[in-house]
Amino acid sequence: MVLDAAHGGDDPGGRLGGDTEKGFTLAFSIRLRSLLAARGFAVVMTRDSDSSIDSDRRADIVDHAGSQACLSLHGSMSGSGVHLLVSSLAPIQETRLLPWKTAQAAWVLRSVSLAGVINSALSHASVPVTLGRMALPAIDSMTCPAVAVEIAPDRSSDSEAPSNLDNADYQARVADALAAALVEWRSESREGHQP
Amino acid sequence: MIPRHQTVLFVVLFAASAIMGVLLWNQLRRAHDRLLRGEDSAPTQAPQVAPAEQATLMVANDADNTVQPRILTLPLPQNPEARARAILGRLLDLYAAPESTHPVPGGASSIAEVFLLPVAGASGSGTPDGPELAVVNLTGAFAASHPSGLETESLTVLSICETLNANLPRVTEVRFLVDGQPRASLAGHADLMRTYLTNENTAAVGGGRQ
Repeated sequence: MVLDAAHGGDDPGGRLGGDTEKGFTLAFSIRLRSLLAARGFAVVMTRDSDSSIDSDRRADIVDHAGSQACLSLHGSMSGSGVHLLVSSLAPIQETRLLPWKTAQAAWVLRSVSLAGVINSALSHASVPVTLGRMALPAIDSMTCPAVAVEIAPDRSSDSEAPSNLDNADYQARVADALAAALVEWRSESREGHQP
Repeated sequence: MIPRHQTVLFVVLFAASAIMGVLLWNQLRRAHDRLLRGEDSAPTQAPQVAPAEQATLMVANDADNTVQPRILTLPLPQNPEARARAILGRLLDLYAAPESTHPVPGGASSIAEVFLLPVAGASGSGTPDGPELAVVNLTGAFAASHPSGLETESLTVLSICETLNANLPRVTEVRFLVDGQPRASLAGHADLMRTYLTNENTAAVGGGRQ
């Protein structure tokens, strides 16, 4: 499993209250790595410090890790809950040689399936979710199921009080749901239920 | 020696001039008072240099990650590039308004220019009905103040692309510049180096609240 903490180094990402996006994604990916390791996953991180890393290098790390899946972690103060985004590339059949910029096209159906599993787990944890597709330069070059997970404050009307991104309970709820989703994904992989 | 009748005539004319001057001053004051009493303190309506027409704005909503059509009546110029700029300006005015479903500061002034060019190499390119590439030049201030995030940035890009296609159906491709220069991303996430195809956007937006 690969966890990609977005931004880093001289790319701070967006401002998240008093924190930067690069700091939030690194802290959250370390938290999620612990949860996944406890569940028996071998976890590779694209960065585990405040270092600059471009989108090609991120895809390179993922592609050489031979991973079952990759989660690219982001943070935002816009919207509510967790935004799950999958590459907007049109699906193609997997071939031995794939164009670097659009390699994800051969995996995009499995990425959509992974987003569905994560959506179910987050909904079960009462975290609001939106799904979408967009051009994602790093993910578009990855040769495994890959989903961008953007975490925003929970502003849903049914939550008792809006949860800020620095709210430890909210972060724990999202991280637990993501870990549960990846356990479910792994078991589906073993049983051959994926597209 | 001035004859007596001329003296009398001078006095009469002088008196008549004085009376007319007083009457004129009085009329002027009355007209001024009448204008002040009838003055409307409400803002005057902006001059419309073009006839009002219906335009379809594809309005983004951060709450459910959707882009929905909203039909408005706007004064629109006949020139296609000016028309595109006016429509996109209205879309960004909606985003800059309080209670916006997709809050982005800046408003209409964030669209510096819109250029329409024939799509290179496409069939029918260059003909009156051929496909067109829209180049949207955004201001640096808009990019600098745009909220950062995958969802919010992609919604801004998609709503601009879909709004252009909804009102100018010949626009099949869209590219973005910021202050006249290519830029890697809008606010750190949405890729501005690529050419967006308006028919792929419809598929790409197919998300929504779960």
